[in-house]
Amino acid sequence: MGWTRKHLLTMRELDASEIVLLIDTAASLQEIATREIKKVPALRGKTIVNLFYEPSTRTRTSFEIAGKWLSADVINFSAGGSSTTKGESFIDTAKTIAAMSPDVVIVRHSSAGAAELLARTLPCSIVNAGDGAHEHPTQALLDLLTIREKKAHFDGLHVAIVGDVAHSRVARSDIHGMRKLGMTVTVAGPPTLIPPFVQELGVKVSYRLEDAIRDVDVIMMLRLQHERMTNGLIPSLREYSRYWGLTLEKLASHARPDVLIMHPGPVNRGIELSPEVADGPYSVILDQVTKGVAVRMGVLLLLAGSKGEAP
Amino acid sequence: MSLLVKNGRVIDPANTTDGVQDVLIAHGKIERVGKRLEAPAGAEVVDAARKIVCPGFIDIHVHLREPGHEYKETIATGTRAAAAGGFTAVACMANTSPVNDNRAVTDYILATARADGTVRVHPIGAVTRGLRGEELAELAELAEAGCVAFSDDGACVMNAGLYRRAMEYVLPFGLPVISHAEDAPLARGFTMNEGVVSTELGLPGAPAAAEDVMVARDILLAELTGAHVHIAHLSTAGAVRLVREGKSRGVRVTAEVTPHHLLLTEDAVRTFDPNTKMAPPLRTKRDTEALLEALVDGTIDCIATDHAPHALAEKEGEFDAAAFGIVGLETAVALLLDRLVRPGLLPLATLVSRLSRDPARLLGLRGGSLAPGAPADVTILDPDTEWTVDPARFRSKSRNTPFGGFTLTGGPWMTIVGGNVVQTFGQRGAAVRAAAEGEASL
Repeated sequence: MGWTRKHLLTMRELDASEIVLLIDTAASLQEIATREIKKVPALRGKTIVNLFYEPSTRTRTSFEIAGKWLSADVINFSAGGSSTTKGESFIDTAKTIAAMSPDVVIVRHSSAGAAELLARTLPCSIVNAGDGAHEHPTQALLDLLTIREKKAHFDGLHVAIVGDVAHSRVARSDIHGMRKLGMTVTVAGPPTLIPPFVQELGVKVSYRLEDAIRDVDVIMMLRLQHERMTNGLIPSLREYSRYWGLTLEKLASHARPDVLIMHPGPVNRGIELSPEVADGPYSVILDQVTKGVAVRMGVLLLLAGSKGEAP
Repeated sequence: MSLLVKNGRVIDPANTTDGVQDVLIAHGKIERVGKRLEAPAGAEVVDAARKIVCPGFIDIHVHLREPGHEYKETIATGTRAAAAGGFTAVACMANTSPVNDNRAVTDYILATARADGTVRVHPIGAVTRGLRGEELAELAELAEAGCVAFSDDGACVMNAGLYRRAMEYVLPFGLPVISHAEDAPLARGFTMNEGVVSTELGLPGAPAAAEDVMVARDILLAELTGAHVHIAHLSTAGAVRLVREGKSRGVRVTAEVTPHHLLLTEDAVRTFDPNTKMAPPLRTKRDTEALLEALVDGTIDCIATDHAPHALAEKEGEFDAAAFGIVGLETAVALLLDRLVRPGLLPLATLVSRLSRDPARLLGLRGGSLAPGAPADVTILDPDTEWTVDPARFRSKSRNTPFGGFTLTGGPWMTIVGGNVVQTFGQRGAAVRAAAEGEASL
């Protein structure tokens, strides 16, 4: 079956076959990165706007490279340096950009639902590059592509997602994607960082790192935002890293020898991951970044490319 | 000048009337209710056959926004919306600009309502100066000026010691204190109910406990002081349980519920439509069921809309940045008729009581009754005509409703205030109410 959606807003709305199609498409585009001339004409004449209302290096750059390798014209709009400082509302800025006829708007915003808002307001395709603590579908897709490359399949794999699940859009998108592909998911962290009723999303909950990482195939470590302390959610970074930081010792004592360590980045070294783990043999963190470009090429191609045309 | 409303089904809970009768109005008062009354010479006659004739409905919780926020609503537009929705009186909250925390503002509201208003307006005074929760407003003077209750609605008075003193201070006036029950630290930063939907959407939620702990506190303070505490916009099953328990022990606690908390749940937020954002937030099915049960059994005393107009720009953007609240005056009665009375979940007579007799008693207002001598405030309902909610046609200045596009059967048909017909839909005497087309015919 083919791709029929106009937008990519959430993992929740996708079914398993759509997710696999996205991953397969991305996988087929990976070799572009190895070419001497990293450019295919698939999106020549298409205009893509990166509308970023939150600071982001990796995601914005990843989308930009993906668009450029596909020969689209990519424009970056970052809040702070433009109309937003003049008090223009998000919706007005978005309408202004839409009036310049882009084919795809990629949006990153601190408000959950921002991508949905654009999808019902603007005529072009919308890609959600992260909306508040809601979803970050391309991150989930690149996580899935990374897992499939390393483990060769999804079915029956067990993943532990560890850390600040409550405030993580990555965790939400990963949970939906992994569950739909037949994986078992355990979320783990101090209870203050686990959102209420999360079991109803089909996951298990653990409040002890050592239990959560036992016998899993993948450990997804989440970034801890420093403001969680001032909000009274954790007592101190010191205590957090002692109980929830992943070290080589904890891995050696409790995890399987073939476990994958993943992290959506940027890593707080020494807090959720010790440097030895981040750079160690289990870590596939840089593979994730590489896959990110392929996934975003795949998404842009499916949304904006001519149907059925190979690059 | 007299008016005879003939052949309608008269439901007057205050006088345990329910049957086809005529209502004769003269000199702004109810003259007589009885069968086959003769029209006096020169009287205007309204044929209310197949209609339901009720004491004028009273909404004890609205935001008229004047003074200060006239771009959202004015006393003129808000009271026209009330008339169109079948209400003959409203009580307006104090969170205007300036705040209604002093006599000058109360006087202004009452004078403007007399000049521009379509229905009766009863101001509610602030409990604390500037709604800051720090020091008492001049409550005695507010009472003397005509305030019918005190509330910092929109904010919760977090200082229990101060709130206790407010309750004691107003005891001699016989007026209630109205609580916006929301524990500020527990609810901090919320945009919706805390639950499975907030977890899925990644939106910060307020737990039901943020309401429940304050309802519990306020019931205990009412018990301590002997004051009458009224809980605004009850939204949780837990709060229902607390009010029921308080009442069973004889505490002077009353409560209201809004149509949206009866009819919608947190699932509505999945659209990220800012018109599903309000305080308290939409809760769960378990809560709506508890609220309905409490409305039927009298634990909840009355229905109020919490009519909260906001301009489009405040309700069209990002969900977390949007203002809290929705308009309700022009949809409340029809929604309840269609969604609760028609399926048999709420007896019609109970609905009429919770909109007329009960709120009148609660605030000690004249009205809520068709007894001879009562003010001739009458709401006539058309139970049969189907129409579609079109926010573009609201009399309110604002259109922030989640009910746009709802097709409803039944609604207000005629609104009479002090013997004057202030709103009618379609030709008088004919059951035409196509798409709420009729303009006010004064």
